[in-house]
Amino acid sequence: MVFKEKKKLSIDWKLLKQAAIDSFIKLNPLKLYRSPVMFVVEIVAFLTTILFVLSLKNLNQDNPFFVGQITLWLWFTVLFGNFAESMAEGRGKAQANSLKQTKVETKAKLLKNLESNSYELVPATDLKKEDLVLVETGDIIPGDGEIIEGVALIDESAITGESAAVLKQSGGDKSSVTAGTSVISDSIKIKITSNPGESFLDQMISLVEGATRQKTPNELALNILLAGMTVIFLIATCTIEMFSIYAGQHISITILIALLVTLIPTTIGGLLSAIGIAGIDRLVQHNILAMSGKAVEAAGDVDTLLLDKTGTITFGNRMATEFIPVVGVSELELADTAQLSSLSDETPEGRSIVVLAKDRYELRERNMAQLNAKFIPFTAQTRMSGVDYENTEIRKGAFDAVIDYIREKTQNSSFEPPKDLGLAVEKISMSGGTPLVVSKNNKLLGVIHLKDIVKGGMRERFEELRRMGIRTIMITGDNPLTASAIAKEAGVDDFLANAKPQDKLNLIRNEQAKGKLLAMTGDGTNDAPALAQADVGVAMNSGTQAAKEAGNMIDLDSNPTKLIEVVAIGKQLLITRGALTTFSIANDVAKYFAIIPAMFSRTYPELQALNIMRLTTPESAILSAVIFNALIIIALLPISLKGVKYTPSGAAIILRRNLLIYGFGGIIVPFIGMKIIDFIVNFLHLA
Amino acid sequence: MTLSGIFQIIVYCIVLILLIKPLGLYMARVFNHEFTLLDPILCPLEKLFYKLCGISLKKEHDWIQYAQAMLVFNLIGVIVLYLILRLQNILPFNPDKFLAISPDLAFNIAVSFVSNTNWQSYTGENTISYFTEMLGFTVQNFLSAATGISLAVAFIRAFSREQTSTLGNFWVDVVRSTLWILLPLSFALSIVFIFEGVPQNLNSYVTARTIEGKVHTIPQGPIASRESIKEIGTNGGGFLNANSAHPYENPTPLTNLLQMLAIFLIGAALTNTFGRMVKDERQGWTLFVSMLALFLIGVLVTYFYEAHGNPLLKGLCIGGNMEGKEVRFGIVDSALYSIITTCASCGAVNSMHDSFLPLGGIFSLINIMLGEIIVGGVGSGFYGILLFAIMAVFIAGLMVGRTPEYLGKKIETKEMKMTVLAILILPLCVHCFSALACITTWGIQGPLNKGPHGFSEIIYAFSSASGNNGSAFAGINANTFFYNITTGLAMLIGRFLVIVPTMAVAGSLVRKKIIPSSSGTLPTTDLTFVILLILVILTVGGLVYFPALSLGPIVEHFLMINGKTF
Amino acid sequence: MLNHFKTAILLTLILTILTGLIYPLTVTLIAKTFFPYQASGSLIRKDKTVIGSKLIAQDFKSPKYFHPRPSVSNHDPVKSGGSNLGPTSKVLINRIIMDVQKLQKENPHSSIPIDLVTESGSGLDPHISIKAAEFQIPRIAKARNITQEKIYTLIKKYSEGKLFGLYGESRVNVLLLNLDLDK
Repeated sequence: MVFKEKKKLSIDWKLLKQAAIDSFIKLNPLKLYRSPVMFVVEIVAFLTTILFVLSLKNLNQDNPFFVGQITLWLWFTVLFGNFAESMAEGRGKAQANSLKQTKVETKAKLLKNLESNSYELVPATDLKKEDLVLVETGDIIPGDGEIIEGVALIDESAITGESAAVLKQSGGDKSSVTAGTSVISDSIKIKITSNPGESFLDQMISLVEGATRQKTPNELALNILLAGMTVIFLIATCTIEMFSIYAGQHISITILIALLVTLIPTTIGGLLSAIGIAGIDRLVQHNILAMSGKAVEAAGDVDTLLLDKTGTITFGNRMATEFIPVVGVSELELADTAQLSSLSDETPEGRSIVVLAKDRYELRERNMAQLNAKFIPFTAQTRMSGVDYENTEIRKGAFDAVIDYIREKTQNSSFEPPKDLGLAVEKISMSGGTPLVVSKNNKLLGVIHLKDIVKGGMRERFEELRRMGIRTIMITGDNPLTASAIAKEAGVDDFLANAKPQDKLNLIRNEQAKGKLLAMTGDGTNDAPALAQADVGVAMNSGTQAAKEAGNMIDLDSNPTKLIEVVAIGKQLLITRGALTTFSIANDVAKYFAIIPAMFSRTYPELQALNIMRLTTPESAILSAVIFNALIIIALLPISLKGVKYTPSGAAIILRRNLLIYGFGGIIVPFIGMKIIDFIVNFLHLA
Repeated sequence: MTLSGIFQIIVYCIVLILLIKPLGLYMARVFNHEFTLLDPILCPLEKLFYKLCGISLKKEHDWIQYAQAMLVFNLIGVIVLYLILRLQNILPFNPDKFLAISPDLAFNIAVSFVSNTNWQSYTGENTISYFTEMLGFTVQNFLSAATGISLAVAFIRAFSREQTSTLGNFWVDVVRSTLWILLPLSFALSIVFIFEGVPQNLNSYVTARTIEGKVHTIPQGPIASRESIKEIGTNGGGFLNANSAHPYENPTPLTNLLQMLAIFLIGAALTNTFGRMVKDERQGWTLFVSMLALFLIGVLVTYFYEAHGNPLLKGLCIGGNMEGKEVRFGIVDSALYSIITTCASCGAVNSMHDSFLPLGGIFSLINIMLGEIIVGGVGSGFYGILLFAIMAVFIAGLMVGRTPEYLGKKIETKEMKMTVLAILILPLCVHCFSALACITTWGIQGPLNKGPHGFSEIIYAFSSASGNNGSAFAGINANTFFYNITTGLAMLIGRFLVIVPTMAVAGSLVRKKIIPSSSGTLPTTDLTFVILLILVILTVGGLVYFPALSLGPIVEHFLMINGKTF
Repeated sequence: MLNHFKTAILLTLILTILTGLIYPLTVTLIAKTFFPYQASGSLIRKDKTVIGSKLIAQDFKSPKYFHPRPSVSNHDPVKSGGSNLGPTSKVLINRIIMDVQKLQKENPHSSIPIDLVTESGSGLDPHISIKAAEFQIPRIAKARNITQEKIYTLIKKYSEGKLFGLYGESRVNVLLLNLDLDK
């Protein structure tokens, strides 16, 4: 439940206090140089501080009151930038910390080897990869790992917020456990799978910590642009002094610095890392852990989503609804055979066949052991299951799989199924159902109609994705006809039928070769290669360790449809950066109109014509610009943390809207803002 | 402003637009090595050239080789031209016995012509021999233009090709640019110019006894053949000092109209060539429309102020500002020409920009400062606007929530690094050199005019040199050691230091896959993108100059309104 | 890299011959053959001596001739170029004021067309505007003692219109006018 409480943006005084303290710590130039824009502001703030001291001692011609105020606001500019970053970090950290806390306090029962039952108590943070630990009833699982012995009921609410306990056991798809969850009953032995500092939790914590955070590719590119603009304006400001000398006037360094700081993109420079951290943080709020900021950005770029049909688009269970025999076979015989083949089949489909046979023909379940039957389980390769007993061989499975099987068995490659069977199969497929062909001793008896039920609301979600420019591909082991019917019903753009694990990987590679970026979800070990290959691979927390390691995000709620939120958050992150960059650059127009006339008020009073805001005095004009420049960082902090509003629509529409709000808004807002500040400055007699 | 004036501007634009498609198609065919009507004549010649020079058609260059070849080719150009200038006194075709050029001026001129700038520190009619005009200047007018076109085509290939490293063969591109494009156009234009009265001979200067009995020496020379390539190749260096204001270089309104069209012709058509080569003509038109909008703003403002006239002369005489303008062109065609030549990095002038009103001349300055990307110099303007398009796409891409991509190519850290570098160099160069001139005695001695107009002359000089334009607020005395060396360096930096990162961008882009577009992709062919591109050009490229402009033309305007003179 | 040098030198040589020699000489040959008058500078001869070029302005000081626009170099054809004075130049404004005062004395009844008091870009502008020509009629009529109408028709005869009625300005060639006056 830890995460859900943090979802709303409420004022948290403790957080504010911590952020305020942190913003001073971050003044350390060794840390600040990572943000070139703010680094420049800090240097010039330092310079004006010296000028201020000199003016106090009358060592230069500057007015100490004016220089002092400028100095103060320059420091505020840096502090506000730091504060923004601290706020973003604080919010993420608060969430990570409570988990971290449990981890630090946890003691692990370290085992020497699998056989021994004696253990040594060590702090959880000391656990290394390959260590074996014992976890008993009531213990907290000390690290990410894999169950290698035992079965246990595990409470994962600390991470997922879901109160229902999960059964986990060694081997198979339910063997992985996450640090911080606790065992409710029984005891298990776990092999630790991550070194200290490498677990998902650690990754997430480092992502929200600005200092160690790796910049994402887009952030780097943007930083280059900002650094470039800083250099340009630095040169422009320095040369103004020479130009002004030509015109016969020296300009005070304080005013040059004021111009410089207002021109360089301090707004976005100060908010850039806050935006990045807040983006990761939003993911966490959706109970998704990302392994890197790059993965979050990539999510914004995704143009194809791969979704498993079963469990994602449809409810996992297909239900048998009808037995359709071929000519010459009675419905009862078909039902009987079908039931026989499904008695040992524990899949929901298998169970539904048994139930249907019982309900409709009152066929009793028989004891398989008595029959001495051998159950042939379903595999993705054969796409069939069945049962062998007393020289009888029953198979049920996909139409073409059974036909191929019979052809192979009878050595008769020209074997053709009865016409009516083909028709029945096609009819079922066309209707969105799954035909399950049943054969007995290489004789085709008929087909079982399995029906798939599409989850509610899927159509609308895919429609939304389409508007975002994202194509959805449904992956299914079904035959093309069935797949197409379900695809139509669910409203996906495309589907991959008859998919084997290898096909999924191939599909990803093919799409990537075309230049597309893909996202997928997965949970099984056989999804791992595809998860690793996909640009955004979201592993289900309920999935295997292999799957989790292959993906670059983990969904703690194990909800496959959450990919859609992931994409939206990735986009929102980029949009916020772009919008505030645009705003920051657009601001410069108004600042020129404030500072240039003030700057040359002595040499060229005629330039007052440019003072279209009618700012009162040259000093108040310069001060207003600097104050506006500092305050706008704080004013835009909520937007940076929440992210710019994003509604799924085409790029053209989004651009038009954001260009209008942040581009033209960025031109107009400072005119109004500086006028108001000028009014206050004069009202308070600050200049 | 008159209706007929506006109409002239509109008709000019329409004629230009009509020429874009055919020439764009033709150039695309030339560079894709597809059949053109001139092939039967030119192909054998081309093959002969390759054989003589050891050029292999099949061997393509990656961006480093392409840039190296270009640099070597231009270095040879500078050396040869320098030697010609230094030795012109002993070379043939010098009927008027002009002396050798001094080393600093020779350096300046050599760099100027090779870099497609054609900044004129000298007066042509009493300094330059016919040999230099033909084998020095005319040649570099062709070769520097061919270099520009080749670079633009190489950059276009960075978008039209994918997952390869090569951008084409520099030598092949230069030869094809010269043979197929520059020579035929220049040849045809020369003939029309001669018909209209532009001299073309190798005679020595003519002595005339005027009606009132004075003795005049009238310059002669092979003017027409250089005049045409001067405009076609956006070189701009005049045969005579007054450039296209001179009645010998530009005798009639017809030659004037043809010159204005010729200056924009290749640059504008390259947008269409680009569109065709990336298989989406609308991409080219989008760039062109953005250029056209910026162009029209400049023309209308300039025309407005020039037509309005100098307020200081109010009541003394009637008419707009005619100082420095020719009667046969009048105000509209002079304003139009001044904007065309500065948009296009040409630098030919049919009137003296220095005598324009402050806000009549400001757009000449702004056009140059923006990097001459409004149509721009042949080739250079085109890769210039592509850099801005990349920048616009980057900002807009973020705003729509996708890693930016232009024409299916992802714009990533490396491209941004090089794009920012290439865009940065021009303002850095302009500001630093101007600042140097403002605080040194050598610099301050340059300007003819006093007050802010003198500052405008300095900033114009270095903008023009750095931007490889070549026009001037010509009052400045630039033929001094200081200005020859500084403007020479500015020209070198502004041309070649921009080209190298530009080619690096191309080299990086050509390796990338072309990503198919979806509705989530930022459309780069609609009005929103046009507006965005214009805003990016004005803010990222232009805002930085605001302080300098304030101290030059802007303050001069307000001083003039207030009746101040210097 | 070395290979580049070899190719660059050879290609420069070949293209120099093509664009620097063959191209201009071919154009010269064509010019000489088809347009000999224009190709040699549109020169005007009187009894075999050259008296000027149709395209190049020359100084006329005498009141009986049409005067061209002022020129910083007194219309010396080897010193083409404008004044390059900026709009806020004291020198420019004073020069214009002086010229205006002189012209006002000449013809106090009409307002002065701007081209008569401004220097052209080349300093060799062979034309003046129709208005500027008409402004000078009274002075010339007086100096030559002929009717103003006669001069007016002469201006009409030599006035050149706009290209397609659109481009350029209507104007008259000063030298051609003056030559006709002397006939």
